[in-house]
Amino acid sequence: MPHRLLFTAGVLTALSLPAFAAAPPAPDPDSWSAVLERAAGQTVYWNAWGGDSRVNRYIDWVAEQMQARFDVDVEHVKLEDTGSAVARVLAEKQAGNEADGSIDALWLNGENFAAMRESDLLFGPFAESLPHFALTRPANNPEVVTDFTLPTDGFESPWGKAQITFYHDSEAPGFSAGRTPPGSMNELLAWARDNPGRFTYPRIPDFTGSTFLKQALIELTGRDEALYQPVAQSDFDSVTAPLWDYLDALHPHLWRQGQSFPASGPRLRTLMSDGELSLAFSFYPTDAAVAVKEYQLPPSVRSYVLDGGTLGNVHFIAIPYNSPHKAGAMALANFLLSPEAQARKQSLDVWGDRTVLDVARLSEDDRALFDAPSDNPALPPAGAFDNTLAEPHPSWTGALQDAWLKRYGVN
Amino acid sequence: MLRLAPVLVIGLLTLPVAAGLAMIVLPAFGYLPALGGNAFGLAPWRELFGQPGLGRSAALSLASGLVTPAVALAAVVLFLAAGQNGRLARSVRRLVSPLLAVPHAALGFGLAFLIAPSGLAMRLASPWLTGASQPPDALIVNDPLGFALMAGLILKEMPFLLLMSLAALERLRPEKRVEIARALGYAPTLGWLKTVLPALYPLIRLPVYAVIAYASANVDMALILGPTLPPTLAVSILEWFNDPDLSQRFMASAAAVLQLGVTLSALGIWWLGERLAARLLRPWLTGGGRRRGERTLRAIGRVGLSGASLAAVAALAGLVLFSFAGYWRFPEALPQALTLDHWRRFTPMLGEALSRTAVIALAATLVATLLVLAVLENEHRRNIRPWRALWLLYVPLLVPQIAFLFGLVVAAESVGIGPNLGLVIAGHLLFVLPYVYLSLAEAYRRLDPRWLEIARTLGVSRNAAFWRVRLPLLAAPLATAFAVGLAISIGQYLPTRLLGAGRVETVTTEAVALASGGNRRLISVWALVQAALPLVGFTLAAVLPGRLGATGRTAQTVTKEATLG
Repeated sequence: MPHRLLFTAGVLTALSLPAFAAAPPAPDPDSWSAVLERAAGQTVYWNAWGGDSRVNRYIDWVAEQMQARFDVDVEHVKLEDTGSAVARVLAEKQAGNEADGSIDALWLNGENFAAMRESDLLFGPFAESLPHFALTRPANNPEVVTDFTLPTDGFESPWGKAQITFYHDSEAPGFSAGRTPPGSMNELLAWARDNPGRFTYPRIPDFTGSTFLKQALIELTGRDEALYQPVAQSDFDSVTAPLWDYLDALHPHLWRQGQSFPASGPRLRTLMSDGELSLAFSFYPTDAAVAVKEYQLPPSVRSYVLDGGTLGNVHFIAIPYNSPHKAGAMALANFLLSPEAQARKQSLDVWGDRTVLDVARLSEDDRALFDAPSDNPALPPAGAFDNTLAEPHPSWTGALQDAWLKRYGVN
Repeated sequence: MLRLAPVLVIGLLTLPVAAGLAMIVLPAFGYLPALGGNAFGLAPWRELFGQPGLGRSAALSLASGLVTPAVALAAVVLFLAAGQNGRLARSVRRLVSPLLAVPHAALGFGLAFLIAPSGLAMRLASPWLTGASQPPDALIVNDPLGFALMAGLILKEMPFLLLMSLAALERLRPEKRVEIARALGYAPTLGWLKTVLPALYPLIRLPVYAVIAYASANVDMALILGPTLPPTLAVSILEWFNDPDLSQRFMASAAAVLQLGVTLSALGIWWLGERLAARLLRPWLTGGGRRRGERTLRAIGRVGLSGASLAAVAALAGLVLFSFAGYWRFPEALPQALTLDHWRRFTPMLGEALSRTAVIALAATLVATLLVLAVLENEHRRNIRPWRALWLLYVPLLVPQIAFLFGLVVAAESVGIGPNLGLVIAGHLLFVLPYVYLSLAEAYRRLDPRWLEIARTLGVSRNAAFWRVRLPLLAAPLATAFAVGLAISIGQYLPTRLLGAGRVETVTTEAVALASGGNRRLISVWALVQAALPLVGFTLAAVLPGRLGATGRTAQTVTKEATLG
């Protein structure tokens, strides 16, 4: 009789000392069986970008599993922009809602994480106490405990890996004569000169567009070390001067002569699909391969990574500080790290998002889960991701965005 | 009880808006304790005015708020003036209701695909006519001056203004006026413009104002068709509110206040324009010119609205094609293969979204209709003229959503109301109620009072007369007003998303979330479902009252439907 229980609890709370009227203490992640016990019967509102049917289907599967295995009801709140969830938590804090927030789990990384940490909007540390966390071998894979150079300090749990991956239509103008796709930023400029209007990048401050800026900056400036410290500690103008020179040269040869930019990364794919572009890129390595399967791109599409490597990062699950279902959210984060859930996510038939587990050191049975072979020609070649460039300090993102908008934001 | 109805309704509609605005105005002047803003100041405004392209953004919003209603109104008025009895005119009128039901975002997607350089129009004409085997590199959609955006808004608002005008015309007996004018030697179109329009405009002024407010501040269409460097003010505001850098919220709040100013300026300029036009046109009206301009005006009247309706239909046809399309290479006029995959993949996700959408729409519309009936019946029983304060009903339509909804979330949280279905329904009520009122009031007031007098002389009580005489006689307009309410509710995105914290999933929130993924095939499926839902409502509204044996023929034509949502 949950209603009667609730009622009794209410009366007891009302009669007891004020200390008891406060929010219940957060579950202690170190006592995992107690966490699972608390989690049973909870409803976890998981706020995650909902723009991709593959991601949505995967999350549906996770919800089914969580229900069946742990009696946790997972509700996917589909965001079109993670920032709106951050804003929601903030609105709740503003209104004094300290213990009954509307978000229990949040898919995020980078700037959003930095902002939430700075305003104390996250619960933690919890991630390193999750039983499955050890499978990521953090000592050997520091990227699972670092988010845009910031230590995660256990305030978010790794979920998947992304890396800039280029793709081109081998039968479209610019490549149909057998030309190899550009392998560096300077080759890209030369290619764009020869093939005007066939390449572009998303409008800043879009996430994918900002990533392109950072990729270009890393390649063009010789001042790497500056990028991994707060931007205030370096001479922004001189570090970024080569980037602006480059973009000044590139823009006239872009799609629509750089007078307009597509709104998002996925929009690049649509433009490829419409035959307006010959070359594009995505932050999701399997993006093009899956799009071919779903009729969005022609079978002649091929994926590759720049010669010097490309920017990559890990995305995470975090728990807002005022979530009323922290135990359920922790159970969710832990399940997402299980070899079964990670292998399924990586499968091209489901989503194609790369695992954060250290697969080589898994048990043999678990390793076998990841062995699904794939012969999709639109997939990046094996070993393409051996060279991953790390994300600069998060303060660079905002500074680059502001500078870009000042230079190119009004045409 | 009934006496309280107007006060209740006005409170219900204005208090949330006021509370939401208050919660935006405070941070706009630096007060937001959760982010460490404890003192008032002008810093958010300084930051706002330092944003590149802010002037252009605001100017774009203002221009779109003035050009859209002007063009849409001119097309509608000339269409009506150019005579309405041709076959073309009749079919255009028949098209109007379905077009009205199509949500903005759905039409926006369709139009973007129709006119883009790689779009449907270009594919149909290439390469045989244009010689192009590659799409031309031309900036058509998202053009810097916002023409594509205004075109989309005009397409969407014309049906609304046309129906509002047709409803008002019932009262004006335009045939008689034109007949007299013709007898005096005026050409028919000029005669209509000079004798009917001056009487018509005051009756449709409020809908025109709603169009101005919507066009100056909308987000749905501006995201799809609007300029990007810089975007319109409303789109910038949304971006700032969603920025990971939380300190941007001060500036975003200031920008929301600025948006309110822009919208009010558009309304003010239009109002001045009305005065000016009235003065300038007086000599033309009374000068006795009987023929000059007749041909041009008639030609525009015939071509304008019909062409626009055809464009809208073509845009929707593109969506239908895409929802079944396999790979579709430019410049092929049709997809290489047709497939049911996209529909199949989406059906499992449909159930919950569909039932939620229906529950919210039915609940909000039911409450709105009951409240509107109470207000109107009160007016009737006390035999008073429409209360002047009823203007306040339109506050939620005239104040831009983006200016008060973010604040409303904070306000609701402060009084301990978290996100839930009830809050979303209440939020929808803000926008549904004014439209239901707009649709129903005229028919209600025009119902011949003698029916009720007869009932009373036969000894029927007031309440019984209301239920047994008035409601059955009003069955048709009631059904239509109900369908209007449903359509408005189904189209709501921002209130559903913000007040429900994204937990309340409707067909529209799904469609917008998917739109961020850029899969046009999937977007088409959702947009079509989104458009089909209100259409079901309208079809039922047209069929049911007849089936139930109700009369009310005049009423049926008096009020039709309205969507701006």
